Amino acid sequence: MERYYQPEIECASPEKLKQIQNEKLVKQVRHVWDNVPYYRKKMEEKGLTPDDIQSTDDLYKLPFLSKADLRDAYPYGLLGVPLKDCVRIQSTSGTTGKRVVAFYTQHDVDLWEECCARAITAAGGTDESVCQVSYGYGLFTGGPGLNGGSHKVGCLTIPTSSGNTDRQIMFIMDLSATILCCTPSYAAYLGERFKELGYGPDDIPLKAGIFGAEAWSEEMRHDIEKTLGIKAYDIYGLTELSGPGVAFECSAQQGMHINEDHFIAEIIDPDTLEVLPEGSQGELVFTSLDKEAFPLLRYRTRDICTLTREKCSCGRTHVRMGKPKGRSDDMLIIRGVNVFPSQIETVLINAGYAANYQIIVDRINNTDTLDVQVEMTPEMFTDNLGEIADRQKELVDGLRSMLGLKAKVTLVAPKTITRSEGKAVRVIDKRKI
Amino acid sequence: MSIKQISVFLENKPSTLKQMTGVLAAHGIDMRALSLAETKDFGIARVIVDDVYEAVNVLKEADFVANLTSVLAIAIPDVPGGLDKLLEVFAETNLNIEYMYAFIGGKEEKKAYMIFRVRDHRAAEAKLVSKGLKVLSQEDMQEI
Repeated sequence: MERYYQPEIECASPEKLKQIQNEKLVKQVRHVWDNVPYYRKKMEEKGLTPDDIQSTDDLYKLPFLSKADLRDAYPYGLLGVPLKDCVRIQSTSGTTGKRVVAFYTQHDVDLWEECCARAITAAGGTDESVCQVSYGYGLFTGGPGLNGGSHKVGCLTIPTSSGNTDRQIMFIMDLSATILCCTPSYAAYLGERFKELGYGPDDIPLKAGIFGAEAWSEEMRHDIEKTLGIKAYDIYGLTELSGPGVAFECSAQQGMHINEDHFIAEIIDPDTLEVLPEGSQGELVFTSLDKEAFPLLRYRTRDICTLTREKCSCGRTHVRMGKPKGRSDDMLIIRGVNVFPSQIETVLINAGYAANYQIIVDRINNTDTLDVQVEMTPEMFTDNLGEIADRQKELVDGLRSMLGLKAKVTLVAPKTITRSEGKAVRVIDKRKI
Repeated sequence: MSIKQISVFLENKPSTLKQMTGVLAAHGIDMRALSLAETKDFGIARVIVDDVYEAVNVLKEADFVANLTSVLAIAIPDVPGGLDKLLEVFAETNLNIEYMYAFIGGKEEKKAYMIFRVRDHRAAEAKLVSKGLKVLSQEDMQEI
């Protein structure tokens, strides 16, 4: 039976949802206008006043915010309340070189944790669950968000944070953890370690995993589910909006429900900036309806995905987003071809390899080169150079048909690729352009 | 009566071979023979040691990818034409050698030891034995 944390909201009728959004949006636009001069100026440039926004139907009129705005306004330019009302900051990993600092009031922390609680409940969490949070704690939103959500649900929370893999496994086994929260790459790594220690899926007490903060493929999901003997749920979020829990997967695993009472989602054409109809693929844009301290309106996520309002078998009515094809920040353009790391992962997993890979892009004699480094596994190793070369070639062929590009495949020694105890370093772009 | 060779995956870059020998040294494992096959990016070290299972375990613990391969070992007199005479048998019986390497050793009498990797070591061994050759066992190797 499907469980809900807040059924009256999660399963609210479309009319009721729309009403909630309309009321909150009008209030939020007024709040931003009054308190965030940076955005007010953007509105004024478009000749807008808060009176122009009467309902979500007027949303399209509002100006966009992008990561560049966050950089320009750093650190306080988008703050919606006096600093004395803020209780927390969180910050992004800055892997793309653009560190974001987001502020929270206590109200903001509560609503974020509530979103995470919905995700944990959807994954089967109750006050009888033992929830191990192996996301990093600290500036990264993963640990604090799921930790708070787990408390709200009433799970026994094991705040291991990331790293120290054998200690993670000890707690899972000794305290019979039933829910694991971490990045998918770390879940895969834990799975590998469990195998090495001789634990099969039936020996591991875990029942569900909530994995996010990285793009991961359906194949990787099946791999993790098989190794750990769990159901693996995707979770989505951005520090800019709160953190994980902006959207989460239900038991149907047909996309992630966006918490629409807190966030309005739109899909736009990233070139023309026009709003696209339901079902179109485009860039995901969010408007936060409740955030007090960091109230972003029409924030461009750079994530490419689709939205659907089709009825979900879980009973939730909130719109669902497809797995992002990749953050446009992750997308590589190699010899003019768009490449997402998740595509490369799919090829590797289909060929029976673990998702331990690193992509190295370089430019040699004005030509982009793509080198996919894959860790050698016992399954693929033989004493015969020719056989290994054949398998290497299979991967090259697989990548060519997936990407339409010739890639080099380099086999490297096990455990040499940087493992993410927070986030995996999948791409190293050495091109100097 | 094949013997076990350990095959180890090594990246083709400085110090990777030393990392492997370091693990073997730390565990007091004695090597009888070593051969390296290489490509541009990686190589395979093929090693004959005194304690095969211990060697595989310690290498795996040190995160090396390693496995065991059955190979044929044959002792021949260390004289000119020794190998040629042996290979005559391979030619006569139409046996293909995937790879081979050799070492000289022996406690009492110095001999040349030839290690052969063939596709089907049991069938190959039967052919060689039928021609009057002795294929060494794991125990024989430990005596060297």
